[in-house]
Amino acid sequence: MNTPPILSLTDLCFGYVPHAQVLRGISLDILPGTITAILGPNGAGKTTLLRVILGLLTPQRGTIRLAGKPQKSFSRREMSRLIGLVPQSEYVPFDFSVLEFVLLGRAPYLGPLDMPQESDRAIAREALRAIGLEHLRERVTPSLSGGERQLAMMARALVQQPRLLLLDEPTSHLDLSNRDRVLNVLRAQARAGVTIIFTTHDPNLTATIADYVILMRQGALLAAGPLEATLTAENLTATYGIPVRVTRVDGQLFVVA
Amino acid sequence: MRVWRQHPFAFLLALGLLALILSVFVGRFPQPYWMPPSLLQENELARQLVFNLRLPRLLTAFLLGMALGGAGAVMQMIFRNPLVEPGFLGVSQGAGFGAALAIIKISNAPLVVAVSAASFALLGLVFSYALARNLHYGNWVLRLVLAGIAVSALFSSGIGVLKYAADPLKQLPEITFWLLGGLWGITWREVLYIVPMVLPALFILWLMRWRLNLLSLSDDTAFSLGVAVGRERALLLVASVAATAAVVSVAGIVGWIGLIVPHIARRLIGTDAQHALPVAMLLGGIFALVCDDLARTLFVAEIPLGILTSLFGALVFAGLMMSAMPRSRE
Repeated sequence: MNTPPILSLTDLCFGYVPHAQVLRGISLDILPGTITAILGPNGAGKTTLLRVILGLLTPQRGTIRLAGKPQKSFSRREMSRLIGLVPQSEYVPFDFSVLEFVLLGRAPYLGPLDMPQESDRAIAREALRAIGLEHLRERVTPSLSGGERQLAMMARALVQQPRLLLLDEPTSHLDLSNRDRVLNVLRAQARAGVTIIFTTHDPNLTATIADYVILMRQGALLAAGPLEATLTAENLTATYGIPVRVTRVDGQLFVVA
Repeated sequence: MRVWRQHPFAFLLALGLLALILSVFVGRFPQPYWMPPSLLQENELARQLVFNLRLPRLLTAFLLGMALGGAGAVMQMIFRNPLVEPGFLGVSQGAGFGAALAIIKISNAPLVVAVSAASFALLGLVFSYALARNLHYGNWVLRLVLAGIAVSALFSSGIGVLKYAADPLKQLPEITFWLLGGLWGITWREVLYIVPMVLPALFILWLMRWRLNLLSLSDDTAFSLGVAVGRERALLLVASVAATAAVVSVAGIVGWIGLIVPHIARRLIGTDAQHALPVAMLLGGIFALVCDDLARTLFVAEIPLGILTSLFGALVFAGLMMSAMPRSRE
């Protein structure tokens, strides 16, 4: 491949406190327009890795390059146009309507004193339609179910129009049909050139959608590469420490633990 | 209420202006409750009273309400806590302590009391901030809330000591009256003293009103949306505290406006601070003005303003919260 990677990590090390490394020497390249799943047991460092990529945490060692340039060379505002985040859950103590909440994703394009315009509202409504929340747009966020809230956070990230979308367990609260809808949205985004990186505990979700897989254990990469070559019984057994079987259902990988 | 729904801001602005104009003629001169407007042309004393006493007082009441309502709305959002009020970071209790100290140790001249109150209000903020930096517990927002509670408690125990030491006939009533809040001594001098603090501060808050929404999100999300969380929060916090300290230093501790008015504003117009913040400011202004009108008119002796704002604030609040929320019916 001669497309330059959108994200390139070299020997990344991070610890919240000295001498307790949460990330140990992570190196990887992510190509634009691909979907990558990060799998690993609880506490493997998946969410921490996302936070380091986002710039929330500063690595003690190693480099992060985004679209070929060092992460540090981007301003806060440029970063927010480049990378969108969908957290696993978020506590919002106020009664924003779904539309108001999603509209906050336009912040990267608005100056500190700007108010959102009709064009911003149109983008927000379009994202709500894509994610299937249009009928709830006047509802207040605290009255939403966990899954609906997750969808709203995803719509907010779409409104941000990032080139790289980071999602922390994006389907953990979703029912089957909403999960399917989210996967379709993510596929459509990837086709449009957006790079998707998500963490998950579900190997079968990974098999359904991911192009690439990263397996982490205790802050280190155990394996990383294309789906078929990486999501193997051997690798998964090493990752989770329990016997795992990988078979095929309708031509797609299926993981049984 | 079609006008309210279509142009809530213009509606409140008109209401505020109307309240200000009517308030000029409300009072206990020449007879209780109402002064005929024609008297302004006929009577020199009426003119003096209106221009030297009533006008500065009405403007201060409106500014006081705007500052407390606006600062309350801002601080509830940046602390992600709807129970926060603008004086909670040691500002109100600090001001009270400063005022009591001035009354006992220096002089009860209004300007001396105000300057002492403002100094200790800001000192309260500095203490809270410094303490929060050194706490080893919870995240930044929680640490600030805890530090604010501790510093407020410290100052209120100091107020207790000062009240205990005060001359019960001369100083104690004055301290008590100050702590209950009121605008009885306001002249143009006080207006000139608070306007340069309050108006620029409120203007900054108003300019950043949409941005304020972002600061009510989690730090991670706000950061990912390009917000310089620490810096923007600090700017809005300083502006809010400056406005609060200024009005508290001349008016005493006027309770409940900063806590209740933002809730009422959000309930009336929705959470989006782009609309809720200006509504909280205007509503706060109208509310404080009407309460002050009552405080100086109802009885021969003035009622401390803080008593009325608490009374009506609590009643309106309870009524509004018990009524169904228009937006949740959908």
